[in-house]
Amino acid sequence: MSNDSPARDSSSRALSWVPSDREIQRQAARKAIARKKATIAVISSAIVLGTLITFVVTSPGWEVVKTTFFDWSYGGQVLGVVAKGLLVNLKLTLVASVLIGIFAMTLALLRTSRSAALTPFRILATAYVDIFRGVPLLLVILLVGFGVPALGIKGLTNSVLILGTTAVVLTYSAYVAEVLRSGILSVHPSQRAAARSLGLTAPQTMRFVVLPQAIKRVVPPLLNDLVALLKDTGLVSILGVTDAVRAAQIASSRTFNYTPYVTAAILFLFITIPLTRYTDRVLAKSISRQNAQGAA
Amino acid sequence: MNVLEVRDLRKSFGADLVLDNLSLDVPEHTATVLIGASGSGKSTLLRCINLLDNIDDGSIYLDGSEITDPNVDVDAVRRKLGMVFQSFNLFPHMTVLENITLSPIKVHGLSNDQANEEARTLLARFDLADKADQYPDRLSGGQQQRVAIIRSIAVKPRLLLLDEVTSALDPVLVNEVLSIVRDLKSDAMTMVLATHEMGFATQVADEVCFLNAGKILERGPASQVIGDPQHVETQDFLRRVHEAGRL
Repeated sequence: MSNDSPARDSSSRALSWVPSDREIQRQAARKAIARKKATIAVISSAIVLGTLITFVVTSPGWEVVKTTFFDWSYGGQVLGVVAKGLLVNLKLTLVASVLIGIFAMTLALLRTSRSAALTPFRILATAYVDIFRGVPLLLVILLVGFGVPALGIKGLTNSVLILGTTAVVLTYSAYVAEVLRSGILSVHPSQRAAARSLGLTAPQTMRFVVLPQAIKRVVPPLLNDLVALLKDTGLVSILGVTDAVRAAQIASSRTFNYTPYVTAAILFLFITIPLTRYTDRVLAKSISRQNAQGAA
Repeated sequence: MNVLEVRDLRKSFGADLVLDNLSLDVPEHTATVLIGASGSGKSTLLRCINLLDNIDDGSIYLDGSEITDPNVDVDAVRRKLGMVFQSFNLFPHMTVLENITLSPIKVHGLSNDQANEEARTLLARFDLADKADQYPDRLSGGQQQRVAIIRSIAVKPRLLLLDEVTSALDPVLVNEVLSIVRDLKSDAMTMVLATHEMGFATQVADEVCFLNAGKILERGPASQVIGDPQHVETQDFLRRVHEAGRL
């Protein structure tokens, strides 16, 4: 409509714009301020980091630590085994995140539903979330990993990998369910009112109006949980799953050199840091989008 | 024939009695305009008719059947009603076209093609054809409200409820929204609308109801209620509206 033409006018005016002397002075002053700030940042970083490094390097045990934790030639030797272990962590994360997504969504929908027929399931879902959010993951892994095989039920798996994954899924579903539920509750009631007044049923309103908005809002916290999940898959090593942590443990117990642990840590960082940066970007984007909506 | 009949409706929020034994008849093809100060119960009455709020007492009939019966199929009732809100309430994750076709496709079982075609026809009629594939946040307030009105009439409701549809708008944008409502009036749409725009009320109303403290204090043609009000409360209200520059 008519709101296109003013934009075109202002862009053609922007092209012919020559900054005034005062504006040129201001730009020069801003540059000087920025240079001063950058100098201060460099000096203060050099002092703080320099002090930290000096403190570590001059400590009495540094020489021993250097050879037992940072022996790069040994680190290179074990890189293959540890990386193979990390592949187990990645596979576990992938499988678990799909299962968590399904289970957590079920829990969140049950907890937010108002249907009378679902009342017992709503109570069960609430109890489930309360319990699994409150018990340390390590305990759940131990209980599932050693408790389920102890039952001796025929046909039930004894695979530590499957049992470990199950434990992780049980705990994380409770966390993720709460994130999804908070997203569902964050959609304004007027959206529901609009959908219902168009004749949509409660499930249709959830499916077409509430959930799409809710999920979009909780993507950043969910990515955070994905990073945490990847790290926490390292805990299943306690059951004897040969993941990156377990592989590093085996390698270092053979030689009493702890470099494999550092190697494993660095490998984890190679995946988690890009993922975290990506999460930050998604979050920044969603905040700026919300601000734009607020201004409109 | 009355499309809507409200009998002795009572509604309170806690100790606050918002609707007090209110009765109202809306004949087919007529527009009933509710006027009154903020808090006089206009919006609550519309929300009760749309079953968005539960009533305390009384009953509401749509085409002669009671919709306040506890066993009534709420979704079936709402399928016959259209509602437009003060704050538009468009779905931000859907394009204009998707907003309009959601209910025709999912609730009324139209095919995608048919729903899209009907929606585009309506958009073209109200000068919004070029906005079909845009998201609501790219539209002005007036455009958003026009889309919201189109969305509510796309399902061909028996009765359209409009709740202060211009109150959230810049005065310049008010008229483009009101002109749609005038068009709907000339299409003989049955409507109940709450508004603070007295000039507009005078143009479209078959009956004007002045709400005060949960009751309809004065009712009749606009020339009578707005032109020559009998009650001191009505006179007082209209004087204040006039001072606010909205007459």
